[in-house]
Amino acid sequence: MSASPAPLLRVAGLQKLFPIRKGFLKRTVGHVRAVDGVNFHIDEGETLGLVGESGCGKTTTARCILRAVEPTAGEIFMRVAAGSVVEMGRLRRGELRALRREMQMIFQDPFTSLNPRMTLLDLVGEPLLVHGMRSRRQREERVADLLRRVGLRPEYMRRFPHAFSGGERQRIGIARALALHPRLVVADEPVSALDVSVQAQILNLLLDLQADLKLTYLFVAHDLSVVRHISNRVAVMYVGRIVELADTTALFSAPKHPYTAALLSAVPEPDPRLRGRRIILQGEVANPAAPPPGCYFHPRCPHAIDRCRTETPAWQEITPGRFVACHRAQELQLAGVE
Amino acid sequence: MDSATRRTPTLGDAVTTTPEPLLSVRNLKTHFAQDEGLVRAVDGVSFDLHPGTTLGVVGESGCGKSITARSILRIVDRPGRIVEGEIWFKRDGGAGPAIDLTTLPANGAEMRAIRGAEIALIFQEPMSSFSPVHSIGNQIVEAIRLHQPVDAPQARAQAIEMLRRVGVSTPEQRVDQLAHQLSGGLRQRAMIAMALSCQPTLLIADEPTTALDVTTQTQILELMRQLQREDGMAIMLITHDLGVVAEMATDVAVMYLGRVVEQAPVDAIFHAPRHPYTRALLRSIPRIRARARERLTPIAGSVPHPYDRPAGCPFHPRCAEFMAGRCDRQAPTLRPVASGHAVSCFLYE
Repeated sequence: MSASPAPLLRVAGLQKLFPIRKGFLKRTVGHVRAVDGVNFHIDEGETLGLVGESGCGKTTTARCILRAVEPTAGEIFMRVAAGSVVEMGRLRRGELRALRREMQMIFQDPFTSLNPRMTLLDLVGEPLLVHGMRSRRQREERVADLLRRVGLRPEYMRRFPHAFSGGERQRIGIARALALHPRLVVADEPVSALDVSVQAQILNLLLDLQADLKLTYLFVAHDLSVVRHISNRVAVMYVGRIVELADTTALFSAPKHPYTAALLSAVPEPDPRLRGRRIILQGEVANPAAPPPGCYFHPRCPHAIDRCRTETPAWQEITPGRFVACHRAQELQLAGVE
Repeated sequence: MDSATRRTPTLGDAVTTTPEPLLSVRNLKTHFAQDEGLVRAVDGVSFDLHPGTTLGVVGESGCGKSITARSILRIVDRPGRIVEGEIWFKRDGGAGPAIDLTTLPANGAEMRAIRGAEIALIFQEPMSSFSPVHSIGNQIVEAIRLHQPVDAPQARAQAIEMLRRVGVSTPEQRVDQLAHQLSGGLRQRAMIAMALSCQPTLLIADEPTTALDVTTQTQILELMRQLQREDGMAIMLITHDLGVVAEMATDVAVMYLGRVVEQAPVDAIFHAPRHPYTRALLRSIPRIRARARERLTPIAGSVPHPYDRPAGCPFHPRCAEFMAGRCDRQAPTLRPVASGHAVSCFLYE
């Protein structure tokens, strides 16, 4: 963990429960524990990859940070441009709105996230207008500049999104996110809807923009190979909790949580000579509305012992900067990749 | 029927050494005549598929891999039409004579007897391929009774047995559940059970694990491998994921804009690729064994819109080895370069 300046973002004990309502009176009969006590920080200028399978709460975590959904509990600290650290839950509406300029989102599907009836100028210029840039000429200049930055020709600004391919649309979405000079960009599966040959272009673009604009990324994805190509550090989520968080190289080469190891081993690699060395997990992801007792992963874990069935593992820092929630983290020798 | 012998000895003999393929597609062209223009979704595809083997068909969106599958099953939606080519398929468990499926009426008795029974299909999204209002058991029973002379209780017993084979726990209870009551992985297992309920000789799997989580994907791929070992069926596996292909395929056909640009045994595709598109694709994909934050080598541009398909070689505008005056004028043809390895590129002509 870095010592000097406070991290750009720090999340402590974040929790989001969605009520399950049933019957005529819509009584709450239980909760889906979408995010269940999540802790992490992101330093300025780095990328934290947040990975997990569908329903693990990674998107809900991202949306809580942007305040697109209201967290049930927990605190989110952001170091604002002025230098002070604010807790987002305590902000008034106006203050939150000002802070939103500093955090922006890139969405998964460039086909549904862009209004088909708006030109590129309107799409990319909209945040500028909303945040007070009234002069059309100024906006056009800024939009042209943004389009150039993301690798699109400014001459296209009067066209509509349907005229563009998936990769180009994702570039438009990125330009829109960058319009207000954000410091934190939350990217939710930004390349998973794209063709393989185009994914690489967008990943490289995100790396370039980060270097040029000193951006900080929270990169949410299910694809571990993609995450490895963009992240400084990686957090692995399972049923609403982070089970492991470490430096990218350390996490991939020597995972400490059995779920991370299984996830790494499950990725099919583009090399037929590496066939058939997979850990095949039994069963299915636990139901976040009725998670099992103890460690949520124990019913599928090949290393589970009695303690795992009853006692929830603590979130512990086993070596500096390396966090794991597993009773056996210190003793298990798990295989990573490379 | 002497149709099996009528087959012209072209590519198949260069690409494969084993005789008697179960399925032999020759110069297939499926076009869509639309108001905006003609879309050549499949534009001269040829390949062979042998019993007990898996052909991985890879390509990006719009390369025609799914339309090729639909053409084989004769379920191409209008205005799509097979305009040229042959699809030779050996009936009766691979023992019968080969017949050209393109000559059969799409909804005729013979095609209906083949579809679902001898050639089965599993899709990407199992939710939309099951009826939401009938139990999965009833749907499997329907498929069984359509093709086999069994009564309802027998068919139900078969359905339960099939669900058990694909790894559904407590199949006696699951059989009466609706599709939405099952998880994604279980739904895909149920779909495989339905597809295999009539012991097909050819299974077409169109992105069978794309909608699944990676740990569930491992389970489903392992299941498909196990069922293939037991039943000896041929699998045509359509996917965009080169990892899945490397894991599953015996042979690979790489498609780009309606054409097969390279076809080879799986090891050659990954370790000795010839076509510039295959090579570029392999360089561009993110790899789990990369260095952290390693930059990728992308392919320039994007897949062209089907209405403005480039003249000549369809890949030439994105190709690093483009030869002006050649690649943009003429279309290369798929030619053998090594045993079982064929490439469609002027670099090898």
